[in-house]
Amino acid sequence: MIPEDAVPCFGAGVKFRFDQVRDGWVLLAPERLFQPDETAVEILKLIDGVSSVGAIANGLAARYEAPRDLIITDVAALLQDLADKGVVRL
Amino acid sequence: MALLAELTHRCPLKCPYCSNPLELERASGELSSEDWFRVLDEASELGILQVHFSGGEPMARRDLPKLVAHATRLQLYTNIITSGVLLTDEAMAALLEAGVDHIQLSFQDVDPVMAEWIGGYAGGHAKKLLAAQRIKAAGLPLTTNFVIHRHNVDRVDAMIAMAHALGSSRVEIAHAQYYGWGLRNRAALLPTREQLDSATETVEGARDRLKGAMIIDYVVPDYFAARPKACMGGWANRFLNITPSGKVLPCHAAETLPGIDFPSVKSRSLGDIWSNSDAFNRYRGTDWMPALCKSCDRREIDWGGCRCQAFALAGDAATTDPACAKSPDHFLMAQAVEESRPDAEFVARGCMQVPRVSSDTIYVREF
Repeated sequence: MIPEDAVPCFGAGVKFRFDQVRDGWVLLAPERLFQPDETAVEILKLIDGVSSVGAIANGLAARYEAPRDLIITDVAALLQDLADKGVVRL
Repeated sequence: MALLAELTHRCPLKCPYCSNPLELERASGELSSEDWFRVLDEASELGILQVHFSGGEPMARRDLPKLVAHATRLQLYTNIITSGVLLTDEAMAALLEAGVDHIQLSFQDVDPVMAEWIGGYAGGHAKKLLAAQRIKAAGLPLTTNFVIHRHNVDRVDAMIAMAHALGSSRVEIAHAQYYGWGLRNRAALLPTREQLDSATETVEGARDRLKGAMIIDYVVPDYFAARPKACMGGWANRFLNITPSGKVLPCHAAETLPGIDFPSVKSRSLGDIWSNSDAFNRYRGTDWMPALCKSCDRREIDWGGCRCQAFALAGDAATTDPACAKSPDHFLMAQAVEESRPDAEFVARGCMQVPRVSSDTIYVREF
C-alpha cells in the first residue's frame, strides 16, 4: 500500500473539473476520460500537491465521521489505481 | 465526447498511410478563425470535453494559438496532433501561452533515413527530436506516436525504447489503418501475420517492463481479426470530425460513403447536426443493422464494425464489416493479406505546400 506521507498530485496534462453538461466532475487526460464516482470525486477534490495521503484520509474521516482505517484503505486503493493509469503522481 | 478538428489538409509530410481523403481539401476553402471559434462554442455546449487539433498539419494554421486559447477559455481539453516539424521555440511559446494541455508528436521510424523515406520530408526526423525536447522543456506531457507497417514493424522494440528515452509518458504503437491514402497503399503497408504477432509480443513484453513508467497504447490492423473493431466507439456515439472546409463527419473516412449528405457547420449548428442530421442518425445504434449483426450478442460491443470498411471492401456501407468472421465477405481480408507485397510501390500522399511567405495570403501548390 502506498505510504501515508506520499503527496499525490495530478499528472502532467491532467485536468479535473466540473462538467455542466453532464452535471458531474470529470478527469481529462490525453486520450482518456474518466467520470469518477462520488467517493472518488471527494478524494480527488483534496489533491492539491501539498496534502499527503494521510492528511487526505484524516480530512475525510473527520468530515464523514467514519473509521480512519477504512478511509485510508479506500484512498490508497483509488490513488494507486489512478497512478497506474497515469492520472495521478505519487 | 471528443471533437477531431481537422484544421487543414496542408502538411509538409507525405506519409503513404495518411488517413486524409485522396481528395485533399483546398486551402482556399478552409474555415476561418471566426468559424472555428463558433464551432468550439457549439462543441462546448454540446458536451464535448476534448478537442484534437489535427489535419494535415495543424501547425500550418497560423491561427492555431488563437484557436487553442479560445478552446481553453471554454475549458475544453486541448490536444494537438502534430508532426512537430513546425514546432519552433516561438511556436511552442505561443501554444503554451494559449494554454495547450497536450501535444502528440508523430515519428515515422527510429532511423532517420527510413523515417524520411516514409515521411518524404528531408530533415524531418531531426526536427521531431527537437520538438520532443521542447515539449518536455515546456512541462507538457509527451505522447509519441509511431504508425506501424511492414517497413518498420521489425523496429517496434527500438521505437518503444526511443519513446521512453525521449521522456514520453505515453507512446502509441499504432498499426496503419486502411483509409484514405492508407487504403490506397495497403498492398505496400500491410504486414504479415507473423510480423503482427511478433510486434504484439514485443508490446506485451514492454508493457510488463515499463509498467508505471510509460503507458503503451497499441492498435492492431483488423485484417487478421475474427471480430471487427468498435469503430469510433460506434457511429455517431461519442465522436465528431470536422473537415477543413467545415463538413461534419462521424469519422474521417465517412465521405467515401455514397448517398449521404454531410452537413456543414456553415449552415447548421453542431448540436443540430449531432442530434438531427440524417448523416449522424443513419448508422447510429442498432436499428440499421443487418439481421446478422442485430442478432449478435456483440452488437453493442463492436457496433457492427466499420461502415467505411464495409463499403470499401464489400461494396455496401450497411453490411456487416468483412473483418468479422461471421461476415460472408470475410474472405476479402485474407485476400488483401495475400495481395500485400514487400516490394509494392507507394503512392505518396498528395502534397499541399505549407506557405513560406510571411503575409497572410495563402499560397498553395498542389501536386
